Amino acid sequence: MSEAYDLVVLGSGPGGYVAAIRAAQLGLKTAIVERETLGGVCLNWGCIPTKALLRSAEIYHYMQHADAYGLTSAGSGFDMAKVVARSRGVAKQLNQGVTHLMKKNKIVVHMGDGVLTGQEKLTVTNEGATIELAGKNIIVATGARARELPFAKSDGQRIWTYRHAMVPPEMPSKLLVIGSGAIGIEFASFYRDFGADVTVVEMLDRVVPVEDAEVSEFLEKSLVKQGMTVLTGAGVEMLSTTPIGVTAKIKTNDGKSADYHFSHAIVAVGIVPNTENIGLEALGIETNRGHIVTDSMCRTNVAGIWAIGDVTAPPWLAHKASHEGVIAVEAMAGLHPHAMDAKNIPGCTYCHPQVASVGLTEAKAREAGHEVKVGKFPFIGNGKAIALGEAEGFIKTVFDAKSGELLGAHMIGAEVTELIQGYTVGKTAELVETDFINTVFPHPTLSEMMHESVLGAYGRALHF
Amino acid sequence: MPIELKMPALSPTMEEGTLAKWLVKVGDTVKSGDVMAEIETDKATMEFEAVDEGVISSILVAEGTDAVKVGTVIATITGQDEDAQASPPQASPPQASPPQASPPQAPEAPTPALTAAAVPAGASPVVAGEDKSDRLKISPLARRLAAEQRIDLTTVTGTGPNGRIVKADIENAKPGAAVAAAVATRPAAPALTAAPVSAPVSTDIPHETIKLSGMRKTIARRLTESKQQVPHIYLTLDVRLDALLKLRGELNAALASRGAKVSVNDMLIKALAAALIEVPACNVSFAGDTLIQYSRADISVAVSIDGGLITPIVVDANNKALSAISVEMKSLADKAKAGKLQPREYQGGTASLSNMGMFGIKQFEAVINPPQAMIMAIGAGEKRPYIVDNALGVATVMTATGSFDHRAIDGSDGAQLMKVFKALVESPLGLVA
Repeated sequence: MSEAYDLVVLGSGPGGYVAAIRAAQLGLKTAIVERETLGGVCLNWGCIPTKALLRSAEIYHYMQHADAYGLTSAGSGFDMAKVVARSRGVAKQLNQGVTHLMKKNKIVVHMGDGVLTGQEKLTVTNEGATIELAGKNIIVATGARARELPFAKSDGQRIWTYRHAMVPPEMPSKLLVIGSGAIGIEFASFYRDFGADVTVVEMLDRVVPVEDAEVSEFLEKSLVKQGMTVLTGAGVEMLSTTPIGVTAKIKTNDGKSADYHFSHAIVAVGIVPNTENIGLEALGIETNRGHIVTDSMCRTNVAGIWAIGDVTAPPWLAHKASHEGVIAVEAMAGLHPHAMDAKNIPGCTYCHPQVASVGLTEAKAREAGHEVKVGKFPFIGNGKAIALGEAEGFIKTVFDAKSGELLGAHMIGAEVTELIQGYTVGKTAELVETDFINTVFPHPTLSEMMHESVLGAYGRALHF
Repeated sequence: MPIELKMPALSPTMEEGTLAKWLVKVGDTVKSGDVMAEIETDKATMEFEAVDEGVISSILVAEGTDAVKVGTVIATITGQDEDAQASPPQASPPQASPPQASPPQAPEAPTPALTAAAVPAGASPVVAGEDKSDRLKISPLARRLAAEQRIDLTTVTGTGPNGRIVKADIENAKPGAAVAAAVATRPAAPALTAAPVSAPVSTDIPHETIKLSGMRKTIARRLTESKQQVPHIYLTLDVRLDALLKLRGELNAALASRGAKVSVNDMLIKALAAALIEVPACNVSFAGDTLIQYSRADISVAVSIDGGLITPIVVDANNKALSAISVEMKSLADKAKAGKLQPREYQGGTASLSNMGMFGIKQFEAVINPPQAMIMAIGAGEKRPYIVDNALGVATVMTATGSFDHRAIDGSDGAQLMKVFKALVESPLGLVA
């Protein structure tokens, strides 16, 4: 006896649960299958709890610099267990929020391991009991997990993935962070703020390598100034645990290999899609390097089966997954959603200073054959930034010289993750430089720099 | 409240114009339909009519001012029941800021009512930059790309929110729509790409510097583009005119009572149109990935006028009687010389005819007028020694040279067109059939 639905969503991360809500809004009878925790990695082990941790780090940082603002305090300290407990509390609150949203939208939640058994069929197994579900449409939203190093598995003691790093058994004294993407850099920043001696190893020639080269350069200088060791063009060749920590054989950019000792290591070298044991192979669903291949409406090559989020093509970001969830559901409901354009998906890294961007880097824009106009405005030229005591960073904009299209925007500095949406709205609505120039930005705000950067691209910056 | 009169967009891609002449002064009462000013665009002088009734309360842009941006307030009218003096003439001065200071901007919409009066109804398709396109849902970027590529927005289906035309739609519209639109909007030059860049000339020789007119800039730009981008091939042959001249004499004798008089040029217009219909491979536009093959022959006829040249069009010349072509050409030439051609009368055409016979020029090669792919250059008809049936005789002969866009037209197709043209002129009864 199987339960029949219009839509069954496999995975309840930010892609899956949003897809389910949208489907319910459109009147589809919807079920969602989750093997672990509603909300997936994002809510429970990713975006949100790390932001809670980083907020503690930020406030601690301010406490230590209170004097600069004319404040005195009786000294500062921290209790890592409480910092982590707060983060877990935040995750729990949001997890309950998703539970409530499922109930409110009358979405049936099936806890257990889901496996596709046919075009419109899947089974859910929980503690030995298996039930069968039928779905006219199925969305695969199983997400991804941390990629492990081939020569050293994470153990949660000395070698951590993001997941361990979020609930550390102890405060690391000397930390190795392998990989300088968003996850690696955020943890490096977090532990550095709490006083750890941090070394970041990046294989490519610069940190946050997907960002604009000027942002990478600025961030590296800032991290070094904060006391981090940054090794770019370097690779970890061997990693082993010792009774007191880990030993890493690191080949630095001069070609020499040597052993270095750390108390702990965080492995942040990318992700692996969760495509195993969910029945994809038997159905002949096409994958590329493990990730499910879809069209612009998130359809797989098998009719009725859709895929969204980290299990599909990059960028692997929560907001991309959510948006794809909406697109897929609207497409199956016969609406005409817009197709996803990766160039309009912003990316944010919550290190200190923050990094945010959308669209093409200057180098990629030139590579694509654009003649560009580039504007760059520094935080030091912005009154609000100086008043905040956050005069470090810049906002860079890249326009197509011919059409005035905003090709990309790249920011580093305080609160830029909250600013990037302005340019994203502009890019999505296909505004040109005159629209940004004609927009009145409120004073005094950091957002004025967004205006100035555009003016700068056209040789008209006012305050620099 | 005074009513602001704004610089209207009188042609599809007009971004600025010259306020040539005011026909009213402050204090004059105007009513709907009164001609208030003459405005010169890059190709023509157009009349600017009043839509509202009232008294001219201020004139903000003096006559003779050029580069007045579309949308600039040029005068104000006070309604009849108001005091004309109540509105001081203090609105913003005309904008003629240099391009680096103000980035290219889609022309602002003039008051819709004004434009409706100034541009004959149904004059032209909706084209990027034209005021009417403001009623279209289109993103700013798509609007700018369409204007750049001269895409006829009426041919574009919007796929964005609520049918909004977005960048992807413009990209997908290329290149077919681009050419169709380019034909429609051809001579209007975007103001900011006015003249081709040339090295500045400095000279000690006594001289005067003459400012380029909008038309001269357009001619300079378009001819440079053509010679730089279009690989020309030239095919020349001699054509006997005796039969055509004889027919013309008979026709004009017969038409005299109707007051019509057919010129040799009128007959050549029809011959070229007929030849293009017979050899469709030459009635084309080259459009990047595609070729547009026209099924109607619209002949642009070069007419020289003060300060330049303009090419009014005889639409569907193949299907018009010679007498009709004659009447139409006379009217078009008169309007051209008076600078009163409407954009639709000179924008378009599938091929051109240029005749320098009246100057005694024996033969010349004309520059193709893109996106057209051919132009026929006609030399003087003159008596020449001529071999007929292996005997030397005397015949009236002209030399015709076709210039062809070699990207679109092979030499043999061009030659075929020339051959058919020659046959039609030498046995001209086909032209009256």
